[in-house]
Amino acid sequence: MKSVIKQEVLALNGDEAVAYAAKQSDVDIVAAYPITPQTIIVEKFSEYVANGEVETEFVCTESEHSAMTACLAAATTGARAFTATASAGLALMHEMLFVTSGCRAPVVMAVANRALSAPINIHGDHSDTMAERDSGWIQIYAENAQEVYDSVVQAFRIAENPEVLLPVMVCLDGFTLSHTLENVNVLPDTVVEKFVGTRQLPQVLTHEGKTASFKLDPENPMTVGSIALQNYYFEFKRQQEEAMRNALNVIKQVHDEYAQVSDRSYGDALVESYCVDDAEIAIICLGSTAGTVKTVVDKLRAEDVKAGLLRIRTFRPLPVKEIIKALGTVKALAVMDRAISFGGNGGPVYHEVRHVLYSADKHPYVVNYIYGLGGRDTSPEQIRKIYEDLQRILQTQHVKTPIQYVGLRE
Amino acid sequence: MFSEWKFTIKDIAEKPDLFMSGHRACAGCAPATVLRLVMKAVRGPTIVTNATGCMEVVSTIYPYTSWATPWLHTAFENAAANASGIEAAIKILKKKGRIEQEQIDVIAIAGDGGTYDIGIQALSGAVERRHDFLFVLYDNEAYMNTGIQRSGGTPHGASTTTSPAGTVIPGKLEYKKPIADIMVAHEMPYVATASPRYWRDLITKARKGIEVNGPAFLHAFAPCPRGWRSDPSKSIELSRLAVETCIFPLWEAVNGEYQLSAPSKVIALRPERKKPVKDYLQVQGRFRHLFTPKFEKLIDEIQRITDERWQRLLKRCGMT
Repeated sequence: MKSVIKQEVLALNGDEAVAYAAKQSDVDIVAAYPITPQTIIVEKFSEYVANGEVETEFVCTESEHSAMTACLAAATTGARAFTATASAGLALMHEMLFVTSGCRAPVVMAVANRALSAPINIHGDHSDTMAERDSGWIQIYAENAQEVYDSVVQAFRIAENPEVLLPVMVCLDGFTLSHTLENVNVLPDTVVEKFVGTRQLPQVLTHEGKTASFKLDPENPMTVGSIALQNYYFEFKRQQEEAMRNALNVIKQVHDEYAQVSDRSYGDALVESYCVDDAEIAIICLGSTAGTVKTVVDKLRAEDVKAGLLRIRTFRPLPVKEIIKALGTVKALAVMDRAISFGGNGGPVYHEVRHVLYSADKHPYVVNYIYGLGGRDTSPEQIRKIYEDLQRILQTQHVKTPIQYVGLRE
Repeated sequence: MFSEWKFTIKDIAEKPDLFMSGHRACAGCAPATVLRLVMKAVRGPTIVTNATGCMEVVSTIYPYTSWATPWLHTAFENAAANASGIEAAIKILKKKGRIEQEQIDVIAIAGDGGTYDIGIQALSGAVERRHDFLFVLYDNEAYMNTGIQRSGGTPHGASTTTSPAGTVIPGKLEYKKPIADIMVAHEMPYVATASPRYWRDLITKARKGIEVNGPAFLHAFAPCPRGWRSDPSKSIELSRLAVETCIFPLWEAVNGEYQLSAPSKVIALRPERKKPVKDYLQVQGRFRHLFTPKFEKLIDEIQRITDERWQRLLKRCGMT
């Protein structure tokens, strides 16, 4: 169904797209701390607050640790909470990321991906969010500013779904997306307002046997964040894993519903296949690099090379079935990692994709390309070279170097 | 600025406990007494948030709770940040009509570790942002929950498991951080010290801290028999001795104006009532080593620091 809603086209960079989506999503509280390349998000949102364009409490905390804490506490009090960070800021939040997901607080956060120190570097790579992949947060990686906007709007619905009730990270590549101006179609305020709605609270049973909204409410006192030892902790964690499983469907449902309204979709919301249905060689990647890969795939297809791309959009929860299904015809696969797992035999995406393929009927050759650390540019020529490597692997039926580095001086 | 709230002992006894019995604090735990008294001071709907520490652990072992108020714990260093988020959420949700209560007060509770040390950044930030909440520090002068390690609130000469009295080093070498003065320096509207021995004073101050618009800080002295190596039946007596020796004087600062509270004012007016620190030190095992020839000079040193701090306080209170 084609959307009949008239959408405005705005020139926004990724950060502005985040702020704009948050502005339209009836966010009750933003608690944040500035850090490059996320700063534009909080600056922009501060302007909205200063100009009375939003009904939001804006809390300029003294650190990211307190920013995440305040979001978690506000969400537990029944508010819709949003924040944004990057790199060292995300690392400082590390402890609170686990507490937030553990308290089942549906906080939404944009992360403008940036390298971790040392050496200090302000540019884009995925080492910050990859280090948090086990923090119990849903992770969505966007390809462009349009998807950033769309994903932030969707994120509130996903996080707050009672079957999920988990925090969501929307990841956008630092500078490549955060600071690059693009044409972004935005929905009218009223449409987003209706789509996202007001924060709904799940109903739970209180110790008095009453049904009440899950929040800190003097009418129905609840103890949140208590100590659970050997006899209960494990069950809490198992429930979080169950919520992650539920999220796979909810992410798809919210995405499909949004597609009806906006006429935009991103694969099946979990993975996006590009010319991969009949591909013999394929690349897997996350984020903005997919745009570069797509242009190379187009060229290769024009040369009758059966090349494809599978972009993992939702990295947490990991769409196991979807990845296996999408790679049905692929005989040689390159997994691109914009993060390194020191001493771990390849990057994190490589680990996970190889693990997923173990349960597939057919096992393609899988090689790992670590690229773009600290914002190093990755060119179409380098991507083409990766596809050539895959062709060579197919010809020789042999993988010479399973883990390689793109554009590195060695 | 403050209401004319008056209460009798009967009122307090009959007021339902919001921090209820059944928690697993040790015998003689003064922090538990402090919390019970603080919760007697509430004026209406209240949300409590707790830093990690003794009181959090003993009161909320899942699936049990001692809290008859909504209560949130998230981590160790961020009780004030929790309060920030709760208070900001109450503000906006009231504005948007999603909270019906006219007023909900917020109380953050932390021990000395969660205040002097790991918690000071979040506390300082929340106070600078002028969130409306009461921060209660129950000061048992070391990391008791983890087994008596020294903190910025541990006094000079005290033996702890990370500042043990050895053959060469006589316990903690550093001095207790003047945390309440640091909070006054934030130009916050209300800062007070309190001791559970003077329960009426403590409840009154907690109530003032709740009523004041903006951040308030209550520094409550809270003996810990396990950590202080003191008799569990003597916690309240120690709470009295600390005041009588001027080791822990009672005062309040309203908008930065210091004023001695009655139990300390009596001593200021009648200096002969000021007891030597020795009386306070000798009943605690953590200072036992000071009563040996090798380290006994330290008692004089503790007396000197105590006197100096007392004089400084009198000056601030305009009583010199």
